[in-house]
Amino acid sequence: MYAQMVKTDGTGVKDRAEMSADEQAFQDRIDRGEKIEPKDWMPDNYRRTLIRQIGQHAHSEIVGQLPEGNWITRAPTLERKAILLAKVQDEAGHGLYLYGAAETLGVTRDALTEDLLAGRMKYSSIFNYPTLNWADMGAVGWLVDGAAIINQVALQRTSYGPYARAMVRICKEESFHARQGFHIMMKMARGTKEQKAMAQDALNRLWYPVLMMFGPSDKDSVHTAQSMAWKIKMDTNDELRQKFVDQTVQQIEYLGLELPDPNTKWNDETGQYDYSDPDWTEFFDVIKGNGPCNVDRLAARNKAWDDGKWVRDGLMAHAAKKTAAKLAAE
Amino acid sequence: MDKDLFQYLLRLGDNTLVLGHRVSEWCGHAPVLEEDIALANTALDLIGQTQLWLGLAAEVEGAGRDADKLAMLRDIWGFRNLLLVELPNGDFGRTLMRQFLFDAWQVINLGRLMKSSDPRVAEIAAKASKEAAYHVERSADTVVGLGDGTAESHARMQAALEYLWPYVGEMFVGDDVDAALVAAGVVPDPASLREEYDAFVGRIFATATLEMPESRFTHKGGKNGAFHTEHLGHMLCSMQWLQRAYPGASW
Repeated sequence: MYAQMVKTDGTGVKDRAEMSADEQAFQDRIDRGEKIEPKDWMPDNYRRTLIRQIGQHAHSEIVGQLPEGNWITRAPTLERKAILLAKVQDEAGHGLYLYGAAETLGVTRDALTEDLLAGRMKYSSIFNYPTLNWADMGAVGWLVDGAAIINQVALQRTSYGPYARAMVRICKEESFHARQGFHIMMKMARGTKEQKAMAQDALNRLWYPVLMMFGPSDKDSVHTAQSMAWKIKMDTNDELRQKFVDQTVQQIEYLGLELPDPNTKWNDETGQYDYSDPDWTEFFDVIKGNGPCNVDRLAARNKAWDDGKWVRDGLMAHAAKKTAAKLAAE
Repeated sequence: MDKDLFQYLLRLGDNTLVLGHRVSEWCGHAPVLEEDIALANTALDLIGQTQLWLGLAAEVEGAGRDADKLAMLRDIWGFRNLLLVELPNGDFGRTLMRQFLFDAWQVINLGRLMKSSDPRVAEIAAKASKEAAYHVERSADTVVGLGDGTAESHARMQAALEYLWPYVGEMFVGDDVDAALVAAGVVPDPASLREEYDAFVGRIFATATLEMPESRFTHKGGKNGAFHTEHLGHMLCSMQWLQRAYPGASW
């Protein structure tokens, strides 16, 4: 759920009677649990939706490097620095596989990048929040990557082959990230008074933004039904959010931290935790570009891209010279 | 304690600590995704080498410190790295040129250290030299690619080389610490590495269509701690901040 509110072009699921013969056959393959591969026929809308979803996911990995990268130079020990750097590097690697998966749908990485930089494509709202103390490095790994895993484990079964396979690899690394994040939280929660305060501060600040990662409430989620019919979304936003809350409350208790939401209570009837909704006005503000870090995040990505132009051009020019020299020698 | 060996190990460990830190500053900001990943890899290797060199330094010192205490709790006058590695990143070209100038020396020096009479030094050198061989291959390729790329990339690489060159000579300046360890067969004589270094970097610069500066003037003071650049203090401000602000905490 580094992808939120991915548009499907239509509203609701297309009725079978309205489908062409190709579309019917395509839907039948999906219903049988077959994987769709790049050269297979697919409806344009399926292709466009997937490009948006995978692209948004890839962008989230890349922009997601920034809030954690913010602490690499301040990591408190050599080991913590190495682990954090390796983790942020993994995120860049995830971006690479995902752009690769998107390219199989007929779009280039550069075109997707230009769309991100121009603000035409989104990335997950969570990365528009700042990382303010070292415990954020724990909380991001534990909660943000933890929330991502809940969605991505399901996406390993998604209908589009290259996306599903990228997810298998990504999930393995994400679970390592979540564990290292929890380990930082344990150290902090059981450390000095100041460290415990950092841990609580990080949890309180990130709790609702993490709940927002799953996207708006099902009743406000107009694209879910079609995406689920295509098996590019496996569970609804609220189902995933509930699963996350249920698993995380116990971890918060284990850490000995206060629950960030005092209304969190076990409900015997439903067999799950009740919890408060995040402030959806804030969510839509962040999505519109008004989160605490939207402007800075996009500016940082644009700067890296613009400053790097001469490097990309230089290396391409050199590669072209080498190819020309090789051809001339033959 | 073997004071000379302790000093020499600090030099090796501080080089990789400070350079690894500088390179890690790029994470998330590189010109293209593949370079971002490669820079992070380089930084990770350097941090790993730091843990080994400073770990051994702490063991040799025998004062109850460890690699983290040496990295995070010494002030600027305790650092023994070459001035070259503490210089700010500048543009990507300067970062890669600095990396190449360091890697080219590192790979030669580690090759000699693998034959050290101290088996602990030889063992770490053997491990680090595999990484250094890969680093120099990559940084040399990039120097060639950008030197012999566009007019702009060429000009930037030439400017980077001219800015950094006056810091290269410090690698080859020996002192009493070196002399004592050379006599014991622990380390190579720094001056003895220069010929091989110049020949190697000269070849790469020629392929890169870059002009190697003729001056042999060198800034120095980093490896013996006489004086560093103003840049190092700012790096320590961020690197050591948590350990300084919350003494005794476990992270």
